[in-house]
Amino acid sequence: MFDSIFQNLFNALQWGSFYSLIALGYTLVYGVLRLINFAHGDIFMVGAYIAFFLSIFFFKGDLALSGSTTLVLVIPLTMILTSICGVTLERIAYRPLRRKGANRLYVVITALMCGLILENGNLAFLGASRKSFPELIDKVVYQFGPISMTNLKIGVVLSSIIVFFILNAFITKTKIGMAMRAISYDKFAIPLMGIPIDTIIVVTFVLGSSLAGLAGILFAMSYPVLDPFMGALIGWKAFIAAVVGGIGDIKGAFVGGFLLGIVEIMAVAVFPSTFRDLIAFSILLMILVVKPTGLFGIAKSTKI
Amino acid sequence: MKKLSIPLLLALIAVGTVLAAHFELLDLYIQTVIMFVGVNIILSSSFNIINGYMGEFACGHAGFMAVGAYVTSVLNLMLFTKSKAFGPPLLSPDLALYFFPVTLILGGIAAAITGLIVAVPSFKTRDDYLAIITLAANFIIVSLFINMDIVGGARGLMGMKQIIFAMEDIVFIPWMLIWVFTFTYLTVFIIRRFVTSTYGKGIIAIHQDEIAAEIMSVNTDKMKLVAFMLSSGLAGVAGGLFAHILGYINPNSFGILKSTECLVMVYMGGMGSLSGSIIAAILFTLLIEGLRFIIPAADTLIHYLPLIPDTFHLSQVLKWVIIPLILVILMQFRPEGIMGNRELSDFFPKLKRFYVFK
Amino acid sequence: MSLLKIEGLTQKFGGLTAVSDFSTHFQGNELMGLIGPNGAGKTTVFNIVSGFYTPTRGNIIFKDKPINGLKPHVVTGMGIARTFQNIRLWHDMSLLDNILISQHHNLGYTLLDSFLRNKRYVDNEHRMRTIAMDLLEQLDLIQFKDERPGNLPYGVQRKIEIARALSVKPDLLLLDEPAAGLNSADVQDLIKLIAWIHKEFNIAIWMIEHQMAVVMSLCSWIQVIDFGKTIAQGTPEEIQSNPAVIKAYLGDDNI
Repeated sequence: MFDSIFQNLFNALQWGSFYSLIALGYTLVYGVLRLINFAHGDIFMVGAYIAFFLSIFFFKGDLALSGSTTLVLVIPLTMILTSICGVTLERIAYRPLRRKGANRLYVVITALMCGLILENGNLAFLGASRKSFPELIDKVVYQFGPISMTNLKIGVVLSSIIVFFILNAFITKTKIGMAMRAISYDKFAIPLMGIPIDTIIVVTFVLGSSLAGLAGILFAMSYPVLDPFMGALIGWKAFIAAVVGGIGDIKGAFVGGFLLGIVEIMAVAVFPSTFRDLIAFSILLMILVVKPTGLFGIAKSTKI
Repeated sequence: MKKLSIPLLLALIAVGTVLAAHFELLDLYIQTVIMFVGVNIILSSSFNIINGYMGEFACGHAGFMAVGAYVTSVLNLMLFTKSKAFGPPLLSPDLALYFFPVTLILGGIAAAITGLIVAVPSFKTRDDYLAIITLAANFIIVSLFINMDIVGGARGLMGMKQIIFAMEDIVFIPWMLIWVFTFTYLTVFIIRRFVTSTYGKGIIAIHQDEIAAEIMSVNTDKMKLVAFMLSSGLAGVAGGLFAHILGYINPNSFGILKSTECLVMVYMGGMGSLSGSIIAAILFTLLIEGLRFIIPAADTLIHYLPLIPDTFHLSQVLKWVIIPLILVILMQFRPEGIMGNRELSDFFPKLKRFYVFK
Repeated sequence: MSLLKIEGLTQKFGGLTAVSDFSTHFQGNELMGLIGPNGAGKTTVFNIVSGFYTPTRGNIIFKDKPINGLKPHVVTGMGIARTFQNIRLWHDMSLLDNILISQHHNLGYTLLDSFLRNKRYVDNEHRMRTIAMDLLEQLDLIQFKDERPGNLPYGVQRKIEIARALSVKPDLLLLDEPAAGLNSADVQDLIKLIAWIHKEFNIAIWMIEHQMAVVMSLCSWIQVIDFGKTIAQGTPEEIQSNPAVIKAYLGDDNI
């Protein structure tokens, strides 16, 4: 009984890592722009596809590099290419609206639509056949007593934790990171401090999208079947995780992601697996009704 | 005469369409498209109450549609048909005709009650958090139906065509078309009367300044409750009609994509414009159905020109690239939608000479 | 009979005490002033009285009924209407609609009546419209009835807010800095307007105001608060010569 709990907990940590990595991207953009970047889940999907094509190119192509060399090349390249995708979206879709001073709502709708375009564009141009991701590293199973862990799962959990600490250091220690935090309080003071607002926004999208790209690679390696809609549901869930943590706060997103992973895996352990979404969403709904600002969010007082 | 001009015109359209359908001047496909236009008008105008007039950002309208669709279908299947899940009919199928509007309204009431799960949290939260709550509600409703074996689970529920047959056994005329017309008119009529009354204008006050509304005597909690329940109830009616037009339903057809369709229609038409919602619903349905023919035609065309390899074909999925793209472009150049928050008569004041809306 | 009686009102936000042990009393239809430096807690008092905050401690008795903790719309329905420091009209609807919606506590018909448009609906809409039109007539705003408030000059918007508050038919009118942002000619008109309203409608008026000309010429009794505490109260003459008030406004002059 206990064994299966620990085993499940470990699996939950792995899912939590995916959610956390994606949730961080939502929360970063929200913290800076007060924008729900609904296309973020699909950026994750784009990341997974980029990783797929790069791996095929290096691993299966004429180069025929070894699996580990491929991985070392694919990780940074995917992160870079995915962030280019994210920044492009910001440039062509969100920025013009922001320049016009459009209602925040219109930007949110634009983001939602961009997500649909990415999903269905992928489906229309790459076809409905699912892509299976090549196995880049050999699977090693470690037994810790009754719990079995694979090197891949450990890698996933560790990288999400490491990423979180690097990100945390970045936004608390560097000048641009502090500007990112400050911008949500006062949009007008930041340019006075000598950092152009657009630079900060671009950096935010680069960070968020590259994390989504990283999550894309890790996810594709763990669950090696890709389809164009893989980002939709996981994206929505990661977003809910970010909100439950208190959107805008990176600690909240990180914890919220793991919490969602644990809730889901525990739900599946007790109920049939089709109940997974139902229970996860119901619990999250209840948390939001009780504490509408999320776990780490601070209620803003309304002024008259 | 002015008072009667609009009802007369509408009755003419409805009677004309029904007669044309009855004497087989309209083929079944065109009839279905007309009915989908009606359903979409109900969806977009009811969603406009929340997202347009009240200015919230809800995104789970399809969930309520699902509740209406399932409740109406199950009631009808139980009462009038012999089915594996619900056994022999409880009432004589001859009564189906008279009870059909009742079951539709019951479906709407069930959906309105479900609307409470969104309405109550909306007392305390707005904006992004409410968006999430509505989204989660949509997921929850859909996965509830997926996990309900009695209504077919993920496979879906079918057999609703038999109810249409039962109605047609009594009098052979296109009943669904008649019901769609009736309920579409009724919806627009109710919403129009609601938002032009001082009572209903309370939700517009909430949109423009919620704190001022509450302090200047508008019971904002109650108004939100009314708005959410009215909106989700009407969505439930749309769901009931939708289920019987198609003859089968499946939980996944009420997912986020359907809710997105509703969002597209509302923002395309203009927040807080009823005529905008209607125009957008018509355009949107015609666009979706039109693309069904345009995409293959375009595909043939580009294969005449040696532009792309023969193995590649433009797929129907492109529809879902084109529609979001239209909305993205609309948001860039006319973010207030086709109509803004104005009505047709604000653009063409001369129209007012021909009718009064009461 | 007393109209409003506030006793020991205290409001804390986290560690900050915005209002502490505030008391006041309205007999009937006085015109009183509430003054104090910026951030003294004046608007907080109004927010509590209008039901927007529930006070940490203290009692508010309005027409012999306790009203602390009631929802703002209920309080308004009982007869307390207010205006806002930074104008909060519904900017995207007509002036007439603004005045109609603020009668929401007294609709007299239900949702169903609004669908059916039966006699009850028609009669009540007519009644509310008459009230609104009369008010607009009296306040000389009738020519703007179809305009959107956002398109009108600032001074007119201030007046509309007062009209909107009056449409509630209040017994107590709270004016939060009605003269803020007005030029001197408008201020003179405002003084006349408030005096006229006080006489014509025979209601109690309580106002927060920074412009001493307004407060001194209108109010019969003035209460001064600073850092949430009452530091003085009295007639305008007494307040003008009170050393504590001068100190609060001008700072300590013992350099």
